[in-house]
Amino acid sequence: MRVYGTEITSRLLLGTAQYPSPAVLAEAVKSSGTEIITVSLRRETADGSGTAFWQELQKTGCRILPNTAGCHSAQEAVTTARMARELFDTPWIKLEVIGHSDTLQPDVFGLVEAARVLSGEGFQVFPYTTDDLVVGEKLLEAGCEVLMPWGAPIGSGQGLRNPDALRAMRAHFPGVQMIVDAGIGRPSDAAQAMELGMDAVLLNTAVAKAGDPAGMARAMALAVEAGRAGFAADPMERRDMAVPSTPVLGMAEFS
Amino acid sequence: MITIAGAGLAGLACAYELAQRGAVVTVYERSGAPGAGSVARFAGGMLAPWCERESAEEEVITLGSRSVGWWAKITPVHRHGTLVVAPARDRAELTRFARRTSGHRGVDGAEIVALEPALARRFAQGLFFEQEAHLDPRRALRDLTEKVQKLGVEIRFGTPAPARITLDCTGMAAPLPGLRPVRGEMAILHCPEVEICRTLRLLHPRMPLYLVPRGDGHFMIGGTMIESSSDRAITLRSLSELLSAAFALHPGFAEASVVETGAGLRPAFPDNLPRLVEQDGTLFLNGLYRHGFLLAPAMAQQAADHLLPETSDEDHRERQTA
Repeated sequence: MRVYGTEITSRLLLGTAQYPSPAVLAEAVKSSGTEIITVSLRRETADGSGTAFWQELQKTGCRILPNTAGCHSAQEAVTTARMARELFDTPWIKLEVIGHSDTLQPDVFGLVEAARVLSGEGFQVFPYTTDDLVVGEKLLEAGCEVLMPWGAPIGSGQGLRNPDALRAMRAHFPGVQMIVDAGIGRPSDAAQAMELGMDAVLLNTAVAKAGDPAGMARAMALAVEAGRAGFAADPMERRDMAVPSTPVLGMAEFS
Repeated sequence: MITIAGAGLAGLACAYELAQRGAVVTVYERSGAPGAGSVARFAGGMLAPWCERESAEEEVITLGSRSVGWWAKITPVHRHGTLVVAPARDRAELTRFARRTSGHRGVDGAEIVALEPALARRFAQGLFFEQEAHLDPRRALRDLTEKVQKLGVEIRFGTPAPARITLDCTGMAAPLPGLRPVRGEMAILHCPEVEICRTLRLLHPRMPLYLVPRGDGHFMIGGTMIESSSDRAITLRSLSELLSAAFALHPGFAEASVVETGAGLRPAFPDNLPRLVEQDGTLFLNGLYRHGFLLAPAMAQQAADHLLPETSDEDHRERQTA
């Protein structure tokens, strides 16, 4: 798939927070096969004091997608994005503007506003949004080429809470790269997102907080691949009536 | 003669182990007083390897399980165990914690009250790690200093180490590749109204807390884990989260005085486990991360085994009893 002109092979993007140690994180990144990892600038300090940890991340060889996690206003997110560009020397930014402290639901108004400002400054914005179609349209108008709808609240591991909305969104934005971000808890959730025709999945807690992060990273990679292959193979339609899978021809006849 | 740079927790523990085995030891310490320059001053002082296993490698148990006995010879160790609780809403956190750890038993509301009467009607479920203990880090650093001095170790306070030394225990000041700082923040509360005698851990998906009684109505609360090299004072966000979590543990803390806040940089290697490293003719003990009091004894023994291979710990014990 291509995002902002960059060709990537792995459809799994991995967050880098909450791992037991950088060594475990590096192992998980390796076994996931991911090419893009996200880095939070907010809590890990934007003044450059997180350098030692970032150097560990850069050793993975992955492309870094800095994020504005924890920003509660458009202004704050814009400022953080500018710092991220300086620190990581990349126009990419995963834009998060949090609107609700309990659910960490995006503030979609602030999000669109920040996306417009940042796109105008040459940023390539990956907006963390809800599954709302209108917001999606506004984000594209604001200059985004990628949409990152949530599956469920960040870190909740609930899976896709509203697959119908995601399906509708997929149908509504056929040519847009769509990455399900947040809420993935298990490999089956990741596979489900990919079966819906999503282009990629971004997750963090599901791997970081698993008992064996590297094992879970591999499971997620396999699920993403399986889901994508299933989507590409054009799955059968669901139907109410049973259809025997064994041919009737040649069955014994009882007269 | 063995020279050690740094009279923090690692340096003092090594000096103790080496002096015990008959070595002549001199310790150089830049700061003017025992523990004054040591990040261990901000530690919780928990000897809690089984709880720590939740996010740490198995080595914290194999290296840490004998630390209680080691410290008990040096400073008062409070062997009351650790009580882990979670609000009803976050019971899943408790399930997860139980699954990732060992050495605990499940306790219900009545057992929690029997252990800590102050928590009456607050928590319906918890985990009790009976073998764990805690100590007062500042008292322990003072007591350990006194002990090593009695054993004949010379500690030169206010004196930078010479260029060539045997053992470097200078934490973040050491020039070791792969060593990184992990910022931690804590606060000390004074709240004589709340009586709690053992380490408590409150599980919470966003702001987990540990509270360690310091005696005289004082409690240490901590600790944040931030990948940062900044040692500036505690941030408002961290402080408000720690205080809210303490309040969630017991509303009586609303009346507590916040008598101190602190922030320090824990030295850590990528696997968050301590290491002995030989570099340019010097042995380094570093990377104690958040497990200083827990792992310093075992690491100091390893350092002593390395530097005095002819008198391993076993030999020394035999000679003592002979």
